Amino acid sequence: MANKVGNKGIADWITQGASVLDLGCGDGELLAYLTRTKQVRAQGIELNEDAIVRCINAGLSVYQQDIDTGLSEYRDKSFDYVILNQTLQQVKKPDFVLQEALRVGKKVIVGIPNFAHYKARASIFFRGRVPVTPSLPYQWYDTPNLHFLSLNDFKDYTKNKNIANNAVFYKSNNRKIRLLPNLLAEYGYFLLSRNGT
Amino acid sequence: MESGEKLSPVTLAYETYGTLNAEKSNAILIAHAFSGDAHVSGEGGWWNGIVGGGKGIDTDKYFVICSNVVGGCQGSIGPSSTNPKTGKPYGTDFPIVTIGDMVNAQRHLIDHLGIERLLSIVGGSMGGMQVLQWMAAYQNRIRSAIPIATTLKHTPQQIAFNEVGRQAIMADPDWQNGNYYDSAGPAKGLAIARMIGHITYMSDTSMAEKFGRRFRADCAPKFGADFEVEGYLHHRGDSFVKRFDANSYLYITKAIDYFNLLNGHSLGSIFSGLKAKVLVIAFKSDWLYPASQSQEIVKACKLSGVDASYCEINATYGHDSFLVETEQEGRLISSFLRSLSNGGS
Repeated sequence: MANKVGNKGIADWITQGASVLDLGCGDGELLAYLTRTKQVRAQGIELNEDAIVRCINAGLSVYQQDIDTGLSEYRDKSFDYVILNQTLQQVKKPDFVLQEALRVGKKVIVGIPNFAHYKARASIFFRGRVPVTPSLPYQWYDTPNLHFLSLNDFKDYTKNKNIANNAVFYKSNNRKIRLLPNLLAEYGYFLLSRNGT
Repeated sequence: MESGEKLSPVTLAYETYGTLNAEKSNAILIAHAFSGDAHVSGEGGWWNGIVGGGKGIDTDKYFVICSNVVGGCQGSIGPSSTNPKTGKPYGTDFPIVTIGDMVNAQRHLIDHLGIERLLSIVGGSMGGMQVLQWMAAYQNRIRSAIPIATTLKHTPQQIAFNEVGRQAIMADPDWQNGNYYDSAGPAKGLAIARMIGHITYMSDTSMAEKFGRRFRADCAPKFGADFEVEGYLHHRGDSFVKRFDANSYLYITKAIDYFNLLNGHSLGSIFSGLKAKVLVIAFKSDWLYPASQSQEIVKACKLSGVDASYCEINATYGHDSFLVETEQEGRLISSFLRSLSNGGS
């Protein structure tokens, strides 16, 4: 899936030459992009064996690991950025994983699909079916997504957990969305950090 | 040597494949496992699935070196070599050998070949221990390292299997305290030791696939080797006796058991300062050197900020996977090596 807007938006937040840890990096498309455009020191973590082979083929450093078990080997603030791009909704313990990311990274970038996008709402409301949309392309029985949340749900969560939400952008159909994001955006991206640090 | 004893002169058997480039920057040293030798590629080569023209370690691109370990019996100095002081084989007068000694000898070989820095050091099992030793002891001499199906230290369970093998050899009356070189030698004991080894190299699944509960057609009645798996182990034991020295078995298994890179050091300190890029590989069905031990290596890399990757290959062949299930392994290694020549340190 081409993700030019998402990748570029993330890259705009990242400083030149920073250290980046991508949790659930897939085949390393984003990390390769950040290495090319921002000369980051990239490290990926991924569970899928074939994705790991593709990462290494792209010259990336990647660990096969289940992020649900935590990041205990990493010291506090050992990366400038930790990225959870389309990963958080797929882990068993999103709260724990995000807290670990906030511990290990000075900043954390989260990208999530929006379950309250109008197409998803329409699917439930008019068709009485769980949505299968471009941003949520899976059938209920084989989806890797374990948690379904809206952009507003995530914002409420960061507020309740006292996590600083430093910047956001939203996108749909590979374009940035500014109007009514919780209704019109398929994806949201958040630049987070721990408050008071 | 690490034991404080002196051994001289030291003979090292080695083979090379491919061509060393003018900058001497394409040399890869391969460290063999317990019973391996210098013949890594080509007909009868122990890692022919990985090493050769167009393969995972491409000898058209890289200059590959493989040497037999000190303490071995396939060309390098070991207990079956002649002691210049007595004119007879060393036997058990041979000094205790460590993984550190093996690697030290390899470093001399690299010096002799005029190579300042290896592009990579690669090895599985005991070969992987040598890789780890290079990563700890000769950090400036390597640009990358690939430890496969190995461990930072031998555990009690691993030592226990080796000890049963050693006891099988030493309980054989033909062992004669290691002075058997003018007689037949402990063939029975050595074969049993090898049988135990082979059980630990396979997995429940691979044994079930390979043998099932099938019977052999020709076997002696009552307690003959009537199951196919028994026949296989007998065959492996007997053919091992023809190519391996029983005293080398004792010395090398001890070297493996003594191996402990952590010995008094913290996990975060053993690789500190290492600039080499590292690829750690484990196999899911390997219960002799389980993936958790490779994850310890990965943890040590993370703690000291070493640029590393880790992959656990989903193979069924147990510890032997690194020798026989070479497709994915070869793909990983070739990709990793290629990434070193594009940019890199």
